[in-house]
Amino acid sequence: MQRYDAIVIGAGHNGLTNAAYLAKSGLRVLLLEKNPYVGGAAVSRELHPGWTYSNCSYVCSLLRPEIYRDLELARHGLQVIGYEGGITFMRNGDYFGNYSDAERHHREMSRHSRRDADAYERYASDVMRQTRLIRPFLMRTPADPTSLKRRDVMELIYMLRKYWGLGEHALYDTLRFWTMSIGEFLDEYFESAVIKAHFAGGGIIGTGLGVYSPGTAYVLLHHYMGEVDGSIGAWGFARGGMGAITRAMAGALRSYGGEIRTDAEARQILVKNGRVQGVALANGDEFHADVVVSNLDPKRTFLKIMDEKDLPPDVVRRARNFKIRGSSGKLNIALDGMPTFTAVPERHPLLVADLHFIDSLERMERAYDDWKYGRWSRDPYLDMLIPTQVDPTMAPPGKHMMTVFVQYCPAKLAGGDWTPADRDAFARTCVDQISEYSPNFKDLILHMEVRTPLELENEVGLTEGNIFQGELTMDQLLFNRPFPGYAQYRGPVTGMYMCGSGTHPGGGVMAAPGANAAREILMDLRRPPIVPGDTSDD
Amino acid sequence: MIMPLRDRRLLETPLHTRLAAACETQQWYAWKGFAAVQCFTTVLQEYFAIRNSAGLFDLFPMTKYRIQGRDSRAYLNRLVTRDLSALKPGRVSYCVWCNDAGQVLDDGTVFCLGEEDWRLCSQERHLDWLLWSAQGFDVRIHEETTELAGLAIQGPTSCRILRNAGAAGLEQLPPFQHAAFTCAGVSMLISRTGFTGDLGYEIWFDPARALAVWDGLLEAGNNHGLRPIGSQALDIARIEAGFIQAGVDFMPAEQVVRPDRARSPFELGLGRFVDFRKPGFNGRRALQAEQQRGSRHRLLLLDVEGSHPARDAFIYNRARQVVGTVTSATWSPSAKANIAIASVRTPWGRDNDGLWAEVYYRRELQWEKVRACCRVVKGPFFDPPRKKATPALDF
Ligand SMILES: Cc1cc2nc3c(=O)[nH]c(=O)nc-3n(C[C@H](O)[C@H](O)[C@H](O)COP(=O)(O)OP(=O)(O)OC[C@H]3O[C@@H](n4cnc5c(N)ncnc54)[C@H](O)[C@@H]3O)c2cc1C
Repeated sequence: MQRYDAIVIGAGHNGLTNAAYLAKSGLRVLLLEKNPYVGGAAVSRELHPGWTYSNCSYVCSLLRPEIYRDLELARHGLQVIGYEGGITFMRNGDYFGNYSDAERHHREMSRHSRRDADAYERYASDVMRQTRLIRPFLMRTPADPTSLKRRDVMELIYMLRKYWGLGEHALYDTLRFWTMSIGEFLDEYFESAVIKAHFAGGGIIGTGLGVYSPGTAYVLLHHYMGEVDGSIGAWGFARGGMGAITRAMAGALRSYGGEIRTDAEARQILVKNGRVQGVALANGDEFHADVVVSNLDPKRTFLKIMDEKDLPPDVVRRARNFKIRGSSGKLNIALDGMPTFTAVPERHPLLVADLHFIDSLERMERAYDDWKYGRWSRDPYLDMLIPTQVDPTMAPPGKHMMTVFVQYCPAKLAGGDWTPADRDAFARTCVDQISEYSPNFKDLILHMEVRTPLELENEVGLTEGNIFQGELTMDQLLFNRPFPGYAQYRGPVTGMYMCGSGTHPGGGVMAAPGANAAREILMDLRRPPIVPGDTSDD
Repeated sequence: MIMPLRDRRLLETPLHTRLAAACETQQWYAWKGFAAVQCFTTVLQEYFAIRNSAGLFDLFPMTKYRIQGRDSRAYLNRLVTRDLSALKPGRVSYCVWCNDAGQVLDDGTVFCLGEEDWRLCSQERHLDWLLWSAQGFDVRIHEETTELAGLAIQGPTSCRILRNAGAAGLEQLPPFQHAAFTCAGVSMLISRTGFTGDLGYEIWFDPARALAVWDGLLEAGNNHGLRPIGSQALDIARIEAGFIQAGVDFMPAEQVVRPDRARSPFELGLGRFVDFRKPGFNGRRALQAEQQRGSRHRLLLLDVEGSHPARDAFIYNRARQVVGTVTSATWSPSAKANIAIASVRTPWGRDNDGLWAEVYYRRELQWEKVRACCRVVKGPFFDPPRKKATPALDF
């Protein structure tokens, strides 16, 4: 039996961030991970010799720059390289390219609609206004609106101030934005089907909702509130894959004296008299600490590794009702060369960015309909990238690695559980869609990793394979994330905390939940406040 | 009437047609009278070519002198502050040279091509100074700026690309070493040097073959992310590397009019390149006196709070007195930090003594001002192991 000051369960990027801050503060920290490697959904593995995949998450924008800088992730080997825009390929053989240069962007939009090209300015500033409202809250603990504690009241006032600061007009927009569907929102600005389809993607990625379901406009914001090198809304590649992020975090954690144990599955959080005692592992080992932090999603935390008898019934009920639906799948593909696309010339600069093959909101909605009824989309929305055009470290020279995120793919099929044959058929659906636009693509495939929600759950431990550790809908955001009354990272048992994407401000490789939770823990332990707050100065 | 090329305001380098074809932005600048590219496509794309794959930069306008003769070593050794008495053929040395008052005229690289054959590369032009200093030495000094083409190829895939183009065994070349290779079908000198603080090379060859070299390298770099880079991307990389630039971070002493504008090597953080063990060199007495008396200025590498580059900012001490100015500043995409090079009056900046910068930036036409704390950083902001590793690491 060994004693630590704090034990963190799960070495996802949030568990790593949380443990790093606790260790940096001088605590003796143990981080437990069930897999033989760290990273959770931010991981890079070589499954085909010479090719490295970003097995789950694949692009980076949300990672808070305060944390990147404060934990010196650059010194620990992380490099994030921004890229611009993307392409939506169209059924008629044309395409829409989303450039970052304003005039090039306008010229391309004009090809599809002159009016939309001009409307884009209004759209962009409306979205940016909402983004500016949210960003300051990312590195803050949400206020409890029912509490009269000084801190909560101050935080509520801060929140209202930011909100009023938007101005009257934007105030109306905010409420609409947080409740609307992305489809309706885009309909208000644009007429071109392909332009709407291109921008709608961010509203459904990872979400068990369709483009016309209320709440999806917020999901778009969630994909827009990050930044790369000061460019808000931009996305980037982590050199070496997303695992480079968690490798750098592990380096930081170790540099502060923290200890990481892999192949160490937590079986139960030990509780006695309403206080945590430590953690029991599946192999029987026990570790003791007064602070135990869970990086797992709320369902796993409360229903799998805690004893229901140790929990208030209300928490058990809320955990059972927590919405965490799997809606995404993924293919990682080793390619023998660079695929060509009929619609654009070779080496087109936007081929480096996100590629999509759905050119209307109707097709997107139909993709969602399939999922609703327990089928993978027959005509899925793909978010596909070929990072090896930029990153020389992930495939041999001249060869390529492709990452294909698939929306929608259900956790359970209508006909029963996933079988290997289903999985193959699911992969084939996606490959066929790509092949329509890239004739040489199929012949270039050397190896393919296919991941349905089942694999995501079994491997990463994301319940039902939900990529955000819980849906990003208003009922599960801010002071409602994961449950009302538990949004300040403290669990229902003294000394127990949560730090995963299931807490505020939610999913994506952001590290804010892990850092915010560390701030609360250090406050409870009356240690100096070393976790950076919101420093966004845009 | 159209002016003949040689009478125009800006001249063209031998690579001009290639630069012009690749320069999508049409953003040019004048570099020593030659049209040079600021940015070909986007600054960040080019910057990340340097740090992630490889960038190709035309060095033609750089000032180059050939120094030959029996006394060439003795001559150069008196010119610069560093000790070159043991520098072997095949080596390159980064040097500064001073006037008699110990004020820096310029910095640059000295190539030892042979016992009696040397090359000096610099930002500024110095023929007059070099000839005055040559009195009494048996040397021939010849400016070869336009007789020698140069390309910098910098970044993690640079070695592989040059090897692909024919430079077999290049990976064995250690930093600050040069050797002859045949590359892209052209015989050339390759030195493991550069202005980026990364794995990288500079290649030197006959300008008549410039197009062949450019094309050959881009071909060899096809699968290795090689792209032409402009001065803006290079500038970010050199600030990250903590390299200073004449005319930007210091005034070349020959051009200074006002008092207190010139700087000694100590005042530019280059004290380690001053070697008092060698008996005589330009500025030695003045520098020795300065060492005893103490310097008036100090060059600092600063990590500036926030994300707005502290360009041209004043540096203040705790008592709100102006103690210096920022000379170079940028957001560092690799260190993910806001970095700056500054010159401050002594005794400020010895350690982290509460310096801050007043930073101005504009948002939607309105100016904002922030007071940003500055942390003094020792050594480069970005310092990858591949910079020094020999044999060169693969990517
Ligand atoms: C397919 C996919 C694509 C995505 N794409 C992107 C993207 O491109 N960009 C982006 O920003 N985000 C993306 N996301 C979302 C993002 O990756 C996640 O929201 C985020 O990584 C979750 O991090 P976390 O630290 O909160 O939790 P997790 O990464 O889920 O970490 C939980 C950790 O706990 C471990 N664990 C589970 N049970 C136990 C146990 N009993 N004992 C010990 N350890 C245990 C797990 O193995 C895991 O390491 C994607 C997610 C998926 C699945």
